[in-house]
Amino acid sequence: MKHMLTINDLQARIEEKEILKGINLDIKPGEIHAIMGPNGSGKSTLASVLAGRADYEVTGGSVQFNGKDLLELSPEDRAKEGLFLAFQYPVEIPGVSTTNFIKSAVNEKRKYQGLEALDAAQFLRTMKEKMKLVEIDQSLLSRSLNEGFSGGEKKRNEIFQMAMLDPKLAILDETDSGLDIDALRIVANGVNQLRTKDNAFLIVTHYQRLLDYIVPDFVHVLYNGRIVKSGTKELAFELEEKGYDFIKAEVNEATA
Amino acid sequence: MMDAKIFFNDIYKSQDQPNDLLKAFQQKNWNSFSELDLPSVKHEEWKYTRIKNVFTEAIQYNQDKTDFSEEELSKVKLPGTANANSLVFINGIYQPHLSTLTDGSDRLIIKSLSEASTDEDADFVNEHLGCSNAYHPDGINALNGSFAAHGLFIKVKKGKELSQPIVIYHFSDSRSGFRFSQPRILVSIEENTIATIIETYHKIGNHQSLTNEVVEICVEKAAHFRYIKIQNEGTDSNHTGTTQINQLGKSTAHAVTISLSGEIVRNNLNMVMRAEFCESHMYGLYLLGGKSQVDNHTIVDNAMPNCLSNELYKGIMDDNSTGIFNGKIFVRKDAQKTNAYQSNKNILLGQNSSANTKPQLEIFADDVKCSHGCTIGKLDEDALFYLRARGISEQNAKALLLHAFAADILQQIELEELRNYIDSLISERLTITI
Repeated sequence: MKHMLTINDLQARIEEKEILKGINLDIKPGEIHAIMGPNGSGKSTLASVLAGRADYEVTGGSVQFNGKDLLELSPEDRAKEGLFLAFQYPVEIPGVSTTNFIKSAVNEKRKYQGLEALDAAQFLRTMKEKMKLVEIDQSLLSRSLNEGFSGGEKKRNEIFQMAMLDPKLAILDETDSGLDIDALRIVANGVNQLRTKDNAFLIVTHYQRLLDYIVPDFVHVLYNGRIVKSGTKELAFELEEKGYDFIKAEVNEATA
Repeated sequence: MMDAKIFFNDIYKSQDQPNDLLKAFQQKNWNSFSELDLPSVKHEEWKYTRIKNVFTEAIQYNQDKTDFSEEELSKVKLPGTANANSLVFINGIYQPHLSTLTDGSDRLIIKSLSEASTDEDADFVNEHLGCSNAYHPDGINALNGSFAAHGLFIKVKKGKELSQPIVIYHFSDSRSGFRFSQPRILVSIEENTIATIIETYHKIGNHQSLTNEVVEICVEKAAHFRYIKIQNEGTDSNHTGTTQINQLGKSTAHAVTISLSGEIVRNNLNMVMRAEFCESHMYGLYLLGGKSQVDNHTIVDNAMPNCLSNELYKGIMDDNSTGIFNGKIFVRKDAQKTNAYQSNKNILLGQNSSANTKPQLEIFADDVKCSHGCTIGKLDEDALFYLRARGISEQNAKALLLHAFAADILQQIELEELRNYIDSLISERLTITI
């Protein structure tokens, strides 16, 4: 099957600091990949670089997304091409309601795809349906975006937005961080219901916990800017049991 | 170039002599103007605003009397004010034949200042006319006072609620040359009343204009007064205006100043709290482009204990525009238990845009709560990225954020249709395309 995302020797830095030192990763439609790794290994950088955050400078390598050179696209065009980043720290934006903002986002994407804008009734219907998925309340969506939201509400709002935008590839950047077990279950349940044979997920996480609920097809371990080990979901269990030290030891041994 | 003093001297001398009260008032003001002259940038209060040149240009002004048809005037009617008490000024002079009142004389009295200074309101006029003078010893206020006899007097009668706001339309005719106008208004909001005054400005013609206005408002016990000033006159309109609200009794005053265009604009807004348990609110939004320069100088003067004031001004500057904010808060010795808050926030969009902000708190009482803060910055990059990462174009993301930034000022406008109208002007300016 054709690859949806092909990352080839991707290198990136922030200011003078090299963070990604040659990432290789292929994702096909229908797959769920998990990226795990200790703090500071470059997991969130990878997510940010893929979404197009300007703080990072790509210094080498390439990323193909559905046949397009992803790195040449603006963040908004990446989104309209079907890439979605669920933020680790969703931004609070006073004065902009989720409802208004997601309506603009949905309609800009539709325009890009050559589709008519949703009218108020269609939009409301879609919204109601997606709200159920993440058990989010209408009143929350009428409020200023993420302002005063609890950690769990912010993450559920991310998954709600994902459901509304129906991406081809969703990157979940430490979506499990700061979530209690109920919120974790709701978020995971939302993701599982959105999963189809045509879309894919890249789940960035520090812990194996989320992977109890969202079962990955592949697990990759990122360490020191490189993917040092790949495997199936069993690798996640091994990491949970042994910690990251054994990986570090393996890598250090190999490079010694 | 002719000296402004000599020029205005001729006009001053040639005006019709008013009644004794106004004659004495004008004389006093003329003396101060002669002494003070127009402020240069060396004047501390005019440091960032080069106003003298504008006045010097204005002395070539066109003094022809003009008139507009009702049709021309109706084009600029503010939405949501179809039934309002509508007062029309042309070139600074009140036009009774173009004005319409919905509230009857049992509630609302509109008459010339010269009439008010000879009838039962003479004592009021004598006491309050010129109350803003002491706060602005800069020649500009005095220049307006030198010609105050053509002014207007407004009274909202004790115990009455106006059914409709008072909308004051100021028209400047600059079709045949620079137009200089000096509107003067004295307002009495009596006890137990509820009233709103909206002022808006329009220039008809392609030459420049300068409006030098003084509005003095007294708000009595248990009165609720709202004031809205909307400035969207165009790029070659200049404005120096003072609005002073004296809270004489326990009362609430609420002001919103919206500035969307103008060449050089200076708004002085003073709230003087002369009684206990007063509440003052001041909000301002300036959204500027081109070479606009808008300067908001506010004064909150707490003379008595237990008063509350809250002030929030926000500015967005694009192109080469400049926003200036100066917020003075005085807490006098007796004004214990004062709560005074002030905030000024600015976003710079243009490479050559700038903001000057200066909070100035002078506190002479020891049991008070006062705070102030100001920010000058760019749009929040994280917020911008968040919106763009959802597929919203950079331009629309900026517009959404700027609109949100302005929203809490707009929300202060109670009249829904008017609020929506101003909102639409802002959206248009920010070119939101979704």
